[in-house]
Amino acid sequence: MQVHKYDVVIVGAGGAGMRAAIESGQRARTAVLTKLYPTRSHTGAAQGGMCAALANVEEDNWEWHTFDTVKGGDYLVDQDAAEVMAKEAIDAVLDLEKMGLPFNRTPEGRIDQRRFGGHTRDHGKAPVRRACYAADRTGHMILQTLYQNCVKHNVEFYNEYYVLDLLTVEEDAVREDGTTYKQKRVAGVVSYDLASGELHVFQAKSVVFASGGAGKVFKTTSNAHTLTGDGMGIAFRRGIPLEDMEFFQFHPTGLAGLGILLSEAARGEGAILRNSEGERFMERYAPTIKDLAPRDIVARSMANEVREGRGCGPNKDYVLLDLTHLEPAHIDAKLPDITEFARTYLGVEPYTEPVPVFPTAHYAMGGIPTNITTEVLQDNDTVVPGLYAAGEVACVSVHGSNRLGTNSLLDINVFGKRAGIAAAEYAKTADFVELPENPLAYTTELLDIARNGTGDEKVAVIRKELQDTMDANMQVFRTAETLNQVLRDIASFEERYRRINVQDKGKRFNLDLLEAVELGFLLELAKVMTVAALYREESRGGHFREDFPDRNDEKFMKHSMAYKDDHAPADGSAESIAGIRLATKPVVFTRYEPMVRKY
Amino acid sequence: MSAELAEPASKIELPAGVGGGGEIPTFDVHLRVRRYNPEVSEEATWDDFHLTMYGTDRVLDALHKVKWETDGTLSFRRSCAHGVCGSDAMRINGRNRLACKTLLKDLDTSKPITVEPIKGLPVEKDLIVDMEPFFQSFREVMPFLVNKGHEPTRERLQSAEDRERFDDTTKCILCAACTSSCPVFWTDGQYFGPAAIVNAHRFIFDSRDDAGDMRLEILNDKEGVWRCRTTFNCSEACPRGIQVTQAIAEVKQAILSRKI
Repeated sequence: MQVHKYDVVIVGAGGAGMRAAIESGQRARTAVLTKLYPTRSHTGAAQGGMCAALANVEEDNWEWHTFDTVKGGDYLVDQDAAEVMAKEAIDAVLDLEKMGLPFNRTPEGRIDQRRFGGHTRDHGKAPVRRACYAADRTGHMILQTLYQNCVKHNVEFYNEYYVLDLLTVEEDAVREDGTTYKQKRVAGVVSYDLASGELHVFQAKSVVFASGGAGKVFKTTSNAHTLTGDGMGIAFRRGIPLEDMEFFQFHPTGLAGLGILLSEAARGEGAILRNSEGERFMERYAPTIKDLAPRDIVARSMANEVREGRGCGPNKDYVLLDLTHLEPAHIDAKLPDITEFARTYLGVEPYTEPVPVFPTAHYAMGGIPTNITTEVLQDNDTVVPGLYAAGEVACVSVHGSNRLGTNSLLDINVFGKRAGIAAAEYAKTADFVELPENPLAYTTELLDIARNGTGDEKVAVIRKELQDTMDANMQVFRTAETLNQVLRDIASFEERYRRINVQDKGKRFNLDLLEAVELGFLLELAKVMTVAALYREESRGGHFREDFPDRNDEKFMKHSMAYKDDHAPADGSAESIAGIRLATKPVVFTRYEPMVRKY
Repeated sequence: MSAELAEPASKIELPAGVGGGGEIPTFDVHLRVRRYNPEVSEEATWDDFHLTMYGTDRVLDALHKVKWETDGTLSFRRSCAHGVCGSDAMRINGRNRLACKTLLKDLDTSKPITVEPIKGLPVEKDLIVDMEPFFQSFREVMPFLVNKGHEPTRERLQSAEDRERFDDTTKCILCAACTSSCPVFWTDGQYFGPAAIVNAHRFIFDSRDDAGDMRLEILNDKEGVWRCRTTFNCSEACPRGIQVTQAIAEVKQAILSRKI
C-alpha cells in the first residue's frame, strides 16, 4: 500500500482547487489531486465575467450585489454568505489582476465591466455594469492565471489521480446540551492513479473538496464529460449530507441540440432572444430587464415559448439568439469565442443569422454543505474538523435556488481562497488522524465489482437512458408524476448497474473502468436531486413544479438536506425514499425580507 | 452606431427558413485508429471501424461511438468537448487538431479517416501520450507575471492598447497541438517548443511584467527560439488560431534588439 502524507490535500484542480492551493501551498505542505490535468478543468469554459462592485464604470456597491444575489436565488440564499462573497469580490478581482489576469480595460486603463443577468443598480432599478471580464473567455483566463501562479509557487500536483474515497473515523462526542453524537474526523483520501491503475492513500490533516459539478446527469448540458459529481458522491457515501440538490441551473443559451454554452454576455452586450414570430418574447416575462432577467426565468420563458408552439426550426424546438443588430467589430472584440462556436458547430454566421439556442443543464446550486469558512457540515451545525469544500461541489449557500451569472467564478475565488487558508491554518494546529483499518477495502471492492462484472449491461447505454429521463422529466418543468417516473427509472438503472460489463480489464489508463465508476456517482446524485425535487412542493428559482407553481415560504423557506440512509424505508413517503433521508436546514437572514421576485 | 445605443425593435420579420432546418443528414465513415497498449503488446497496430454518423458529429463523437458501443478499451483523453480544455489534441489525417473541434463532414469521408496520437511525446496507450515533457518546458519559461514594483491597493493600470499587445498569446489552452507538430521538436525533444515560447511571449509583451529579460535569456539558450525553422506547422495546428510562428518571430526580434 502506497501512503503519502501531506498537511493539506486538495481534491480537484479547477478554479476553486487551484485558488485554495495558492494559499495553502504557501502555508503548509500541500498536494493537489486531480483526475485531469490542471488546465483541463471546466472553469476554463466559463465565458462572460466575474462580478464585483468595483464601480469602475458606473456607481455600484457591494450591498447592491448582495441584494441581487439574494433576490436572484429567490431568497433561499444564506445572506451572511452572500454578504461575504459580495464584499470579498472586490479583492478577489484585484488579486487576480495582480496575479496577472489580462482583464479587458476601460479607456482609463482600469478593469472594464459589463452588464449581466440579474445584476442591477440600487435593488433592481436597472441593469448595472458589474461583470469584470476578458472578452468571452474569462474562465479560461482565470484558470490559466491560477495555474501560472501554482507554477510560480511550486504547488505539487498529482495529475490523473482520481480520488474515490474519503477516509474518516467517528468518535463519540457530547453536545453542550448533554446529548451524544458521532463526530466525524478526516484521515485522508484514497486515489486511483489512472496511468498505473494503482491505489494510493493520501493521509492528510486537512482535505479540501474542490471537484466541481455533476452536469452529466443530464443529456443536454454545457458541462464537460468529466463532470460526474465525484466529490459530492464520495462525501454522500461517507455520511455527509448534500444540501439543496433539487436546484440545478439550466442556462438559457446553449447551442440547440448540443448544449454548448453561449455566454449570457451576448445578451449583456445587447443580443435579443426571439421566437418563431420574431418577437422579443422576454418583454412578456420580465418587462423591466427583459433579456437580462436571471437564468431560471429566461430558461423557463424559452421553454414556454417552445411549448406554446412558437419555437423555431423544423421541429419547432428552439428559439433564436439574435446578434445581427450588433456591429461585427463589436462582436469580434467582446464575443469572439462564442460566435466561433456557432460557426463551427452549427454552421451559423452570427453577424447575419440568429443562432438557434435552448436551455442547457449548467450548474448545481446544491452540494456539500459548508459554513462561510468552508468547513464541511455533517449535520445542520456540526463541522467535520479538517474537511473543507469550495466551488460548485459545495453549497455555502450563496446561490440559493438560482445562481446569478458570474457568481460562480466569484464563488471559486472567494471561497477557494478561504478554503486554502482555513485548511492550512487548521493543519498547523492539528495532528494526523490515524488511518482506519484497511483504508483501501472500500475502494478495492468498488473497483473489483465494476471490473469483474460479467453481466450484459453497457455503462454507456445506462448512462444515456439516465440522461434521457433526466432531460425529459427533471428539466425546467417538473411535476410529481415526472419526478416519480425518474425514480422508477433510476431504480431499474441501479439494478442493471449491478450487471455491467467493463470491457477493458487492464490497469493502464483504464478509462472504461473510470466511466463505470463515474456512472455510479451519476446514478446516486440523480436520485438525490429527484427525491429532493419531489419533496419540495413549491416553485422557487431553478426548481419549477407545475403542480405547485407558487413559492411557499411558510412551508419551504428552508434548505433541503439529503442523507444517505440505507434504513430509510422505500414506502414512497416524501421524506424518505429508498436509501435517502431528507431533512431541512434554516436559511440565514440578515437584512433582506423575502419579497415577490419580479424583474 | 454603437451597440450601446442600438435598441432593436420588439418584433422583427425573420427571414424565411431562419436557423437552418431540414433533417440532419447521416453518412458512413471509416475510422482508422492507431492502437498501442504495452500491457498487451509492444507493437502498435491500426484498427478499423465503420460507423454511421450525423452531419453535426465531430471526430470525438466517432471515437466515443467506438468506445461506448464497440470497443471499450479504446483510450483517449477528452473533457469539455468544445475546444477550450485542450485534452484531445490528436493527429487526424496527418494533421494536429482537436478531435472535438473537427467536424467529420469537413473531412474527406470517401477515404479512411486516420487518427493517431500527437508526435514527439511518449505514447502511453492508444491516443494518450505522456504530457510531462511538454509541461516541463512550459514551467521553465517562467509562465507567470513578475512585478517588482510596489503593489498598488487597486488594480495596476494598463491601456487597452498595451492589453491588446499580447492578446493573441493569452488564448493558449496548452493542448500541445503546436509543439507536437514541430519537426524540430520531433527530432530534438529538448527544444522548448512553440507552446512554451507562446506562453513566454504572453508575459514578455505584458506591460505589467518585469521579467522579460530573464525569459529572453532562457529562450536565447541553444534549445530556445533559434531552433525554430519557421515551417509554420505550429500556426496551422493551433486550434485557437494563435499566430504562433509570428509570436516566435517577435521573441527572436526582442532578443536581438533587447527592446520589448
